[in-house]
Amino acid sequence: MTNRILSLAWVAFLISIPFWMEDLYYLHVLIVTGIFIIAAMSLNLLLGYTGQLSLGHVAFFGIGAYVSSLVSLGFEIHVLPNTTVSLDPKPVWFAMLVAVIFSGLCGWFIGRVSFKVRGAYFVIVTVSFAEVVRLVSLNWMELTQGPMALNNIPYLTLGIPEVFEVEFIGKVPCYYLVLAVAVFTYVVIRRLVQSRAGRAMIALRENEPLASSVGVDVTRVLVLATIVSAGLAGLAGALYAHYVRIVDPDVFLFIYTVTMVIMVITGGKGTLAGPIVGGLVFGIFPEVLRGFQVQPEIQWITYGVLMILIVYFLPAGIVPAIRSLLPRRLVEGGDGSVEPNATAEARS
Amino acid sequence: MLEVEGLVCRYGKVAAVQDLSITVARGELVSLIGTNGAGKTTTLKAISGILPPAAGRIVFEGEDITRASARRILQLGIAHCPEGRRVFPYMTVRENLEMGCFLRSDAAGISEDMDRLFARFPVLAERRDQAAGTLSGGEQQMLAISRALMSRPKLVLFDEPSLGLAPNIVERTFEIVKEIREQGVTVVMVEQNAFAALELSDRAYVLEQGRVTLSGTGRQLLDDPSVQQAYLGT
Repeated sequence: MTNRILSLAWVAFLISIPFWMEDLYYLHVLIVTGIFIIAAMSLNLLLGYTGQLSLGHVAFFGIGAYVSSLVSLGFEIHVLPNTTVSLDPKPVWFAMLVAVIFSGLCGWFIGRVSFKVRGAYFVIVTVSFAEVVRLVSLNWMELTQGPMALNNIPYLTLGIPEVFEVEFIGKVPCYYLVLAVAVFTYVVIRRLVQSRAGRAMIALRENEPLASSVGVDVTRVLVLATIVSAGLAGLAGALYAHYVRIVDPDVFLFIYTVTMVIMVITGGKGTLAGPIVGGLVFGIFPEVLRGFQVQPEIQWITYGVLMILIVYFLPAGIVPAIRSLLPRRLVEGGDGSVEPNATAEARS
Repeated sequence: MLEVEGLVCRYGKVAAVQDLSITVARGELVSLIGTNGAGKTTTLKAISGILPPAAGRIVFEGEDITRASARRILQLGIAHCPEGRRVFPYMTVRENLEMGCFLRSDAAGISEDMDRLFARFPVLAERRDQAAGTLSGGEQQMLAISRALMSRPKLVLFDEPSLGLAPNIVERTFEIVKEIREQGVTVVMVEQNAFAALELSDRAYVLEQGRVTLSGTGRQLLDDPSVQQAYLGT
């Protein structure tokens, strides 16, 4: 109950921001941070709940961005000398849906090929996958324009044409769109984690042989988690594409995966709120430093130092650390999160 | 009830179990004893479907389960209590028990079974909302056994139930195993503690390098000079 009130208060606060935040630049920072938080939440499902590290998570994000852009822009490619495949531009909401499904399918594929052999192999497969998609996006000029990037990506409009339409262009509407999608993602992950499948994920993270001995179909549960995780990352990518309205192969850069991992780990992996807190800290912190006119080099050094300090002093992350300070009845989140001193032992 | 015929299990090219045959009748308590690497744990894994056998046949109550999935085998009534880390450490006692009936969906029966286990092990009832990793070794073992019983098994496979436990807890664990068997559940137990296992068992098999080298009633094996020398240290 207390939790519900707290979450509602949080959402109310976030809704109020555009009313008093006059500087649109800060709104832009919040939008981009929000998109990354959605991606980090999707990564948390894999990394935090099933314990599998996807180091190529940006691939699903980038695929979502490219697919959504291409479907909404339309394309024409020559596959064989006499065969062309073309697609007329489609509405943006439809393109985003296609992006989510396509990313989910990629997740299914990656899950199928790599979960027969888990752990390190999964890490390698995901890293390689991200690199392969990056090279494809760079070199398949006809489809992706390569380094020239896809430009003039349309913005999202919702509603009935010529009767009532909302155009998601500009900072304020996009802010609300990202907020709505973030809440949606949170609810999806929360429901999944609290379901039977979620129990199974946590069980196999904690003790895989035991999980399979009580009847958990380990591969199936992992593939399911990867599909949902990839689909949500694709959704974040699609949002990104229709917000910045230009997509180039740099969306596949490894650094973005690292950013997501940092958000999840520092916030608290395996907690629902972890990626949000971690995302806010590492999304907004650089801007705060900028506000104080700190030199860029110093900004990055501070960023690194902050990260090391958090990992060193709060190994389970910020959220579990705060929880351990609160009275127990306040923290009955039921999200299967790990207790503060748990991670070290859980790794063994 | 359970027949294993000519079982062969391999890890890569290494055969851990070679041409092993055992039978277990309904209501029996059967032990597998032997040194490390004799293939005891592997045999249990093959029966419960965690490790697909390379050859041989496993039949449970007339149904061939050689290639069946672990889920199917559990649904048929074989529960496996694996060795090593026995519980989900960061789940509460109650959640651990709930994992034990992961494949069941009869809510009424589940809560009834849970109440019965809590009545039988009051210490678990007291700690039902505590993380299982904070329990003592003996309590974790009780929890592990309770979890196995939550699937309402006909046959329970215990892998090294006494491993790593204090002597008085070991005794208590064997008592619980005996109680389970008295309630009509068939038990197959793998045990390093050969003396205790043989005293408790109706019958036992001695395994060496993946093969059965001796079998008989618990009493017969206790009196067998070669068993005494190899496993009982007398």
